[in-house]
Amino acid sequence: MSLLERRLIRETRFEFAAKLWQISWIYVLLLCALAGVGYLALYSAAGGSVQPYAGRQMMRFALGLAVMLGIALIDIRVIARFSWLAYGAGVVLLALVLRMGHVGKGAERWINIAGMQWQPSEFMKLALVLALAAWFHKASWERMGNVLFLIPPALAVLLPVALILKEPNLGTAVITGTVGLAVFLGAGMRWWKLALLVALVALAAPIAYHHLHDYQRARITTFFNPESDPLGAGYNIIQSKIALGSGGLWGQGYLHGTQGHLNFLPEKQTDFIFTMLAEEFGLVGSLAVLGLLALIITGGMLIGLRCRHQYGRLVALGISANFFMYVFVNIAMVMGVIPVGGVPLPLVSYGGSAMVMVMMGFGVLMSVHVHRDVEFAGDRDEG
Amino acid sequence: MRRESKRSGVFTRRALLIGGTQLAALGFLASKLYQVQVIDGARYATLARNNSVSARLIAPPRGRLLDRFATVVAGNRQNWRALLVAEQTGDITATLDRFAALVSLSEHDRARILREVRQHRRFIPVTIKEFLDWDEMARIEVNAPDLPGIMVDVGTSREYPFGELLAHVVGYVAPPNQKDIADDAILALPGMRVGRAGVERFREVELRGRAGAVQLEVNAVGRVIRELDRQEGTPGEEITLTLDAETQRQVMGHLGQESASSVVLDVQTGEVLAMATNPSFDPSLFNSGISQAQWLQWVSDKRAPLINKAIAGLYSPGSTFKMVVALAGLQAHAITETDRINCPGYLDFGNRRYHCWKAGGHGMLDLHGGLQNSCDVFFYEVARRTGIDAIAAMAHRFGLGTKLDIDMVGVRDGLVPTRAWREAQGKAWNIGDTIVAGIGQGYTQITPLSLAAMVARVATGRAITPHLTRAIGGVVQPGGKAEDWPDMGLPERSMQAVRQGMWAVVNDPHGTAPLAKLALPGVQMAGKTGSVQVRNVSRAQRDNGYKSDKMPWELRPHALFVAYAPFDAPRYALSLVVEHGNAGADTAAPIARDIMTDLLTRDPLAHRAAPQQMASRT
Repeated sequence: MSLLERRLIRETRFEFAAKLWQISWIYVLLLCALAGVGYLALYSAAGGSVQPYAGRQMMRFALGLAVMLGIALIDIRVIARFSWLAYGAGVVLLALVLRMGHVGKGAERWINIAGMQWQPSEFMKLALVLALAAWFHKASWERMGNVLFLIPPALAVLLPVALILKEPNLGTAVITGTVGLAVFLGAGMRWWKLALLVALVALAAPIAYHHLHDYQRARITTFFNPESDPLGAGYNIIQSKIALGSGGLWGQGYLHGTQGHLNFLPEKQTDFIFTMLAEEFGLVGSLAVLGLLALIITGGMLIGLRCRHQYGRLVALGISANFFMYVFVNIAMVMGVIPVGGVPLPLVSYGGSAMVMVMMGFGVLMSVHVHRDVEFAGDRDEG
Repeated sequence: MRRESKRSGVFTRRALLIGGTQLAALGFLASKLYQVQVIDGARYATLARNNSVSARLIAPPRGRLLDRFATVVAGNRQNWRALLVAEQTGDITATLDRFAALVSLSEHDRARILREVRQHRRFIPVTIKEFLDWDEMARIEVNAPDLPGIMVDVGTSREYPFGELLAHVVGYVAPPNQKDIADDAILALPGMRVGRAGVERFREVELRGRAGAVQLEVNAVGRVIRELDRQEGTPGEEITLTLDAETQRQVMGHLGQESASSVVLDVQTGEVLAMATNPSFDPSLFNSGISQAQWLQWVSDKRAPLINKAIAGLYSPGSTFKMVVALAGLQAHAITETDRINCPGYLDFGNRRYHCWKAGGHGMLDLHGGLQNSCDVFFYEVARRTGIDAIAAMAHRFGLGTKLDIDMVGVRDGLVPTRAWREAQGKAWNIGDTIVAGIGQGYTQITPLSLAAMVARVATGRAITPHLTRAIGGVVQPGGKAEDWPDMGLPERSMQAVRQGMWAVVNDPHGTAPLAKLALPGVQMAGKTGSVQVRNVSRAQRDNGYKSDKMPWELRPHALFVAYAPFDAPRYALSLVVEHGNAGADTAAPIARDIMTDLLTRDPLAHRAAPQQMASRT
């Protein structure tokens, strides 16, 4: 660390109380509201009981909230310095899970740490956003036009995507790749490169598929459809649609969703929790939840727009994009719009480690907000 | 700062664009929600209220079994049946009562239905009654409003066009039991069957296939309104067997009323052309359940109709074992092809006398004469000189008393004893045991199938193993070509000596089986007889003019015959065991001759096997 850098940090250090004041409490309130929706849903999923889901989920949210606020107070420049370290740790964890992870629904995704099961791919997405932001932080518009400059970060995206594909978890791999792409675009990648990429993928996909062996194609089918039980996927979607439809405009009433409570709806506490809400609260309720999710996504983008350093902007963009992808894939899935499975609705679906990881991401987002006006060493020199 | 503002300007535009895209995507989801929840909502709400989407699994059709000329030997035919879906009927007992008023339903069936309803998921149909006739179907359909949850549908049921003719080798299917269902849930589907014997059992995995599923929208009384979604299952594989159904029919015909078994092989490839066991049974009886009386009749029959004697019947090989003993002796240099041994009618060893079947003896004989006359003393002596372990080793090389790698279930290995085997029982091996082993008596036990493998190996000198599968799902299985089977590496000179001996048995005027001589011009058969006592004949009985054909049936000796033809260019090998048929030369040899004549004159194009009824695949 240069002397200049140290001086800048000292000069711009906030007091603890001032930092707390800077936290966007409205945003925190939105997150709490979403977690509250999750509490209501899990209470209903358990047939009107705090046990076994809702109570535990709230404890985890409290833990997640503490993690988030703690991270929010860490100087974003400190986080920036650890970006690539986090990235390295993420890759190592992914490699570990491939070697010794637990197999759930035919895919190795989980690893045991501190008595909880973690999906390293969750952490990887956050670390990837940080690393890409660190790489592009000082890149000028002209620099972004240089193809050679884009190759290392592109590899940094492809490595974890490949590892996640190998688990195999196509859904998360696609989300990770899309989030990476969003950061590239925010950093100023030229549009024609995006067009080229899209064209290449569109061309390569059918060719690659054509050259696959039958068993490999079957594996791709299981990517999309982890439960190949003939009564599984198709049955779930049909039952989910019936539940959504029977909710109607105003819903069947809280704790009165027939499909959910008669156990026609599978995995109603995890992947299909949105369906349960929509059945009980109707279109009004489901649009309200969708609106809340849209506010959180938009809020994240606004934090990026208000930030005065490129690192913070890109981090905010990446974290919001990640949250958006989760929401979109999950809700599209329960309506049968896309065939991917196994993606939860963040902060609402039952699940401990995902909750903590999502809150960790929001912590970094909040740190961007709190430190939106700090200056990074070297910024002035370059500008 | 100009560059920084350029950069932040780009970011702002792009962030707005990305954010806008995201909001548009969420808007799209909102519109879909509006469609699903409000526009289509009424319909889905009805579905939910009537609890009326019914998921049904589609049972995959079981793979067919074909003979080598693609004649169906196990097919599927339509089976109309009544099913009950528990989730669509209120009071199951009341519904069953009303059903029983229309179509007879036994207490046994009723208990089974209630049990299955408890065990399965509510939307899985349970079979109430199968094999409905037209009247019964009509009565059920007319009364459908009174029978909520009951539906009539068509499934498939296994049919065996050749019935008894192929029952043992093709096997049969039966309803699955609880353990089967625990292993594979698709067996819980109505109409599913599990192979219980023969090829049906051995190829169960390939034949079963995978289930499909159909999502149906049904109204309040369970009538299907329309199909919402359908995933086709995978039918079981079609399997082509090496069998020739027409040859099998001919062989069964030649076995007549005897309790007998015969295996016919393509001598070059080991393909089983026929595997006949008499008496037989109707394999389709197992499909719907066997009556107690039928079962008792089968079990109490001394001729054991349910046992596939070709692979599970154990017999002493008797004189058919002598080729192996000769080859063991030649290999061990205990004799040469030209060594001569004197037969005075008996061999004294220790304090026992071992008799030849010919009271006066054969005089001086070489190997050729020994086989031609089936002289017991000659082979007592060869066995004594060779030793049991060398004989057993040679027998194992020829597939006797050892595990044959055959694609069948229930194959018994048989036994050719060794010193080690006897000592493992805590007994000492006696030279006397070796001497009786020389004529295929004593502890030695073989199956007709292994005997056929032995003949094929003698005829070709190659390690041919019998097998039944030609192709699975159109994929040809290995073993169908002569090159697939390695040479056994025995000296051609020894093999020729043994083959010449077998030729003389049938074709020499002084051979033991002149009845087996083929009436076909220019084609000759090589063979060997065997007769094995099933009880000891004492010295006193022998002196008092013991006649086996005066004995009760179950005490008469078994008659055996092994053969291959044509002698100079072998194509077919066969083994034949006639239980309690007395002498091999008298009973078995003519049957073997007739089977071989049919084989050699068979024109597969002219005589396609015609089953009683053609199979339909539905």
